[in-house]
Amino acid sequence: MVLCLTGVCLVCAAILGGVNALTTNPIKEAAKKALVESIAKVLPEGGNLSDAQSAEGIDEYYVSSADTTVLAYAVKSTTIGFGGPLTVMVGVLPDGTVYNTSVLAHSETPGLGAKCTSDEGFMNQWKNFGPEKVLKVKKDGGDVDAITASTITSRAYTVAVEQAVNFVKSLNKQEE
Amino acid sequence: MSKFSLITDGFVKNNPTFVLVLGMCPTLATTTSAMNGLEMGLATLFVLVLSNIVISLISPMVPDKVHIPVYIVVIATFVTVLQLLLQAYLPSVYQTLGLFIPLIVVNCIVLGRAEAFANKNTVGDSALDGIGIGLGFTLSLTVIGIVREILGSGSIFGWKFIPGDGILAFVMAPGAFMVLGYLMVLFNKFAKKN
Repeated sequence: MVLCLTGVCLVCAAILGGVNALTTNPIKEAAKKALVESIAKVLPEGGNLSDAQSAEGIDEYYVSSADTTVLAYAVKSTTIGFGGPLTVMVGVLPDGTVYNTSVLAHSETPGLGAKCTSDEGFMNQWKNFGPEKVLKVKKDGGDVDAITASTITSRAYTVAVEQAVNFVKSLNKQEE
Repeated sequence: MSKFSLITDGFVKNNPTFVLVLGMCPTLATTTSAMNGLEMGLATLFVLVLSNIVISLISPMVPDKVHIPVYIVVIATFVTVLQLLLQAYLPSVYQTLGLFIPLIVVNCIVLGRAEAFANKNTVGDSALDGIGIGLGFTLSLTVIGIVREILGSGSIFGWKFIPGDGILAFVMAPGAFMVLGYLMVLFNKFAKKN
């Protein structure tokens, strides 16, 4: 009895170890590909991309520059959404304009909050979202159109963008 | 029992969702759209066929006292394999189904078929039973998903044909119960006639 259960567990553990070894690299590559694609999506074309750099208040950021001029920053920013962490890649121009955004990971409700990855009206409003606009959903007196029936997700998304924009602004201040 | 009826039984006579009423957790939670239902069904099909095959192979050697732990270990192994494979090769599917992949371990359909069928029948029959039940589950989930997507989002497999937002309740849990209930009534009405 004990022998049988031990034997089955050993065989299963061996199988899992093998599959894990086989899939570790593809999983890493898939995650890296998703990251590279999201950075490419949120930044203007051209420019050389720096390596990941960490900073306070955000996850990490990448600088896109041509010669010595900074073209834009790609900032990875995480907040808590309705169902868990919401990670957004935000492309920010040096003047604080949001170039574009892209969701990296989320656990929002399918059909509701999860629309932050598919609702075109919501996603397109982030393209060239100028620094003069207020980073709050309209319900709270800002300029962000929330997703219907998903105010909490929309607020979290807005906070993620705000963190990224504030970070770029603080970088600019340091340079001055 | 003919080999063919082993598969067709899973669709009508032993339909896991509408007749056996097993595996309600993923049924209610993942059918917010037709595509999600289909993907969840196929993921369960994969685990069901493999666990049925292995369990029918090893069941003569497993003492009665530990047969449930042994079956669960086998099922959990295949679920973890599936999870790793999805994460590596189909990350978008992994993103949508997320939590519900590991929960296939405790899906009563998988353990139910191991107990009710695979440990008493040959490997071939068990594999066919797994395919039949798995396809029946996939079909049921897809149908529920289609109905909920049409009513809740005005689209089908992501193709939007009704402008606007749809009836929100059908995307959320109450709609899942309603659609499941009405489909079960319809299904049993036609199944009994045959």
